Amino acid sequence: MNLQQTGIAGTLESGDVMIEVSPSTKGINIDLESTVKTQFGKYIEKVVLQTCKEFKLENVDVKLQDKGALDCTIKARMITAIQRAGGGEYEWK
Amino acid sequence: MNGNKPIKLRRTMLFCPGNNPGMLSNAYIYGADSLMFDLEDSVSMKEKDAARNLVYQALKTIDYGPCELVVRVNPLSSEYGKADIEAMVAGGVDVIRLPKTECAQDIKDTEAEIEKAEIKFNVPLGTTKMMAAIEGALGIVNAYEIATASSRLIAIALGAEDYCANIKTTRSLEGSELFLARATIVVAARAAGIDCIDTVYSDIYNEEQLIKEAQAIKQLGFDGKSVINPRQIEPIHKVFTPTQQEIEKALKIKMALEDAEKRGSGVVSLNGKMVDKPVMLRALRCIEMAKASCAYFEKEEE
Repeated sequence: MNLQQTGIAGTLESGDVMIEVSPSTKGINIDLESTVKTQFGKYIEKVVLQTCKEFKLENVDVKLQDKGALDCTIKARMITAIQRAGGGEYEWK
Repeated sequence: MNGNKPIKLRRTMLFCPGNNPGMLSNAYIYGADSLMFDLEDSVSMKEKDAARNLVYQALKTIDYGPCELVVRVNPLSSEYGKADIEAMVAGGVDVIRLPKTECAQDIKDTEAEIEKAEIKFNVPLGTTKMMAAIEGALGIVNAYEIATASSRLIAIALGAEDYCANIKTTRSLEGSELFLARATIVVAARAAGIDCIDTVYSDIYNEEQLIKEAQAIKQLGFDGKSVINPRQIEPIHKVFTPTQQEIEKALKIKMALEDAEKRGSGVVSLNGKMVDKPVMLRALRCIEMAKASCAYFEKEEE
């Protein structure tokens, strides 16, 4: 699955994350800006990669501006950004 | 009374906008009896998808403890209603709250969608409960048929802002414009055997008036009130929790009843006054409320 366009979701409020996903030609590229990058950077990236996997996305640029979002918020914003970029529907489980 | 089932407290229902992750993740710490995540009026049209995804992930991930979890979905007549219901049932919400309910058919249509979602996601049928918000004159006229439209309904609630706009008036401090609506909702809910929740009081800095309003709606018969700010929770809980004096009086009545039963007497007298059935029912409800709200008991029964 490939994205059709750029999709943006989230805000810059405390506890939230703003995520921009765009089509790419060379794998999954994560650009993370976070006040807690040192402490939680790898966990945030794990959520991003897991969500891309659920949508079967292999080529995507992901830019995150994190304001201390929980994992569930990062996942929700990723899903919304991907859907807005034409990446398909999310299956409720 | 509700048989042997413990009372489910619904003194306060804290309103949380569905697209605000900060509020969704912290809402449970304030001690409200129920949390209501909103996908409807507090979410702009272009963020409906984002709020639905966020509330779904929060329901799946965050442990909200004993709080009852309610989601106000968009009306089925909108393009968002069906998707909201499907996602929230999949997320395991306790209660779906319908906005702007006008007739029994609104309840039945929503129930049909809930049932479809329960089947799709292997949720045992009937698990997801419903609450109906009545926010217009037609809903008040049809209050009893709404309250009895589904066995999933646990409560009906008043939405006063839309109601006032609908009957062409404004809200006042004393609330005379809401008297008929409130009384109708209480009577319909009691006739149907479900709870009734009052509307929000929107001035978060006026605690004195909030307490007055809470006392007034408690006197009318309401089980609780919707709140828009955590600072409104404690004053309302205080109003709805029986006082030490009320608890002691109720315990005396209960003991007098038990004593009369042992003696085989059908008539109970306490301090020279006859205790009849309504007095007994009030006393038992007072004790149940005190237990459910963990009020302090000086003399535990027995």
